[in-house]
Amino acid sequence: MASTINVDIVSAEGEIYSGVAAMVFVPAVQGELGIAPRHAPLLTTLKAGEVRVQTPDGVEHAFYVGGGALEIQPQRVTVLADTALRARDLDEAAALAAKQRAEEAIRDRSDEITLAEAQAELLRAVAQIKMLERIRKLRQ
Amino acid sequence: MAGAKEIRTKIASIKSTQKITKAMEMVAASKMRRAQERRRAALPYAQKIRNVIGHLRLANPDYRHPYLTDRAVKNVGLIVMSTDRGLCGALNVNVFKQTLAEVRDWQEKGVESQLCVIGSKAQQFFRRTKLPIAGSVTHLGDRPHVSALIGTVKVMLDAYVEGRIDRLYVVHAEFVNTMSQKPVVRQLLPAEPVKSAELQDLWDYIYEPSAAELLEGFMTRYVEAQVYQGAVENVACEMAARMVAMKSATDNAGKLIEELQLIYNKARQAAITKEISEIVGGAAAV
Repeated sequence: MASTINVDIVSAEGEIYSGVAAMVFVPAVQGELGIAPRHAPLLTTLKAGEVRVQTPDGVEHAFYVGGGALEIQPQRVTVLADTALRARDLDEAAALAAKQRAEEAIRDRSDEITLAEAQAELLRAVAQIKMLERIRKLRQ
Repeated sequence: MAGAKEIRTKIASIKSTQKITKAMEMVAASKMRRAQERRRAALPYAQKIRNVIGHLRLANPDYRHPYLTDRAVKNVGLIVMSTDRGLCGALNVNVFKQTLAEVRDWQEKGVESQLCVIGSKAQQFFRRTKLPIAGSVTHLGDRPHVSALIGTVKVMLDAYVEGRIDRLYVVHAEFVNTMSQKPVVRQLLPAEPVKSAELQDLWDYIYEPSAAELLEGFMTRYVEAQVYQGAVENVACEMAARMVAMKSATDNAGKLIEELQLIYNKARQAAITKEISEIVGGAAAV
């Protein structure tokens, strides 16, 4: 009983994870925190990064959060993740530039990167742009 | 055949009304499903952050955020949620009644109330009462957004910080199920303590970085989440109430058409009988 801790990860868009864990790692503003059961109560904010949950049977789950808040109670960890709505720092210009680069590479096959690689990069860039558009629409 | 034509036009007009209410019912039903999903999605976050803030109330910190401290109540603020459009049954009226009851309760204790209205129905209603309205926002749409709400709510928060109000409540309809929505009054500020068996008696959080900085962020998130949750809940209620109201309107129109059809048929038959008896009478006379 004492070797586990309850973990709840929620965002404004819904519950992301809820369960027990042996250990939780979070990207706190002042560096990564490892949280073992019976940790002292703590409040902090999170920066963008990965929340990792180690379950008692050794499986590790990872969740991406774009920032948020964290509460620790001896028996419970609550991660309040900020949603995509706050993902203001996603670099749209970089995504567009990446798309351009990829398109150029497809046109110019003699380049050292192969066609398959270029197409893959184009797909990634398009996905990123789509996500940015979705975020913008949501914000309106 | 006196009145037969009038009855016919009446039936036609009711039929077209019925078509409209039927369409509105279906639109509300599909919107309700989406609104309910949004409500369900927003629920865990709002609950969790309420718990965290509730725990904060029980902690024993050196620094106390004004949002977390009780003080003598001289003025209260109420954020009232309503819909922008009508035709949704008694939903808004119930919320307004609850609000007025709350205002009266405080008045008996010599406490004045200030309102912040959300939705044009509340704006219209409370303009007629003599209550002071500190802020209002309308036309949030079916997908209320935090940024649209927080501007108006800020008025109340500022009033709270400056001491013009000592308590802040939010009044909105709570979704029980599709058939029933009931108005609820929830205290927003100062945050209410949440009792939990996991907590010890004397303790405080470790704050990283400083408590003042951290609590500001937490409290903003808390108020945003609570008000947003109320707004999403209210939209889900609106859609459900409208769907039910429109369904009963459609049913009533159907009943009315049936009755009128019966009257029309009787009138028609009476006219025919009369004509036949006139012909028979005429033939007998010849």
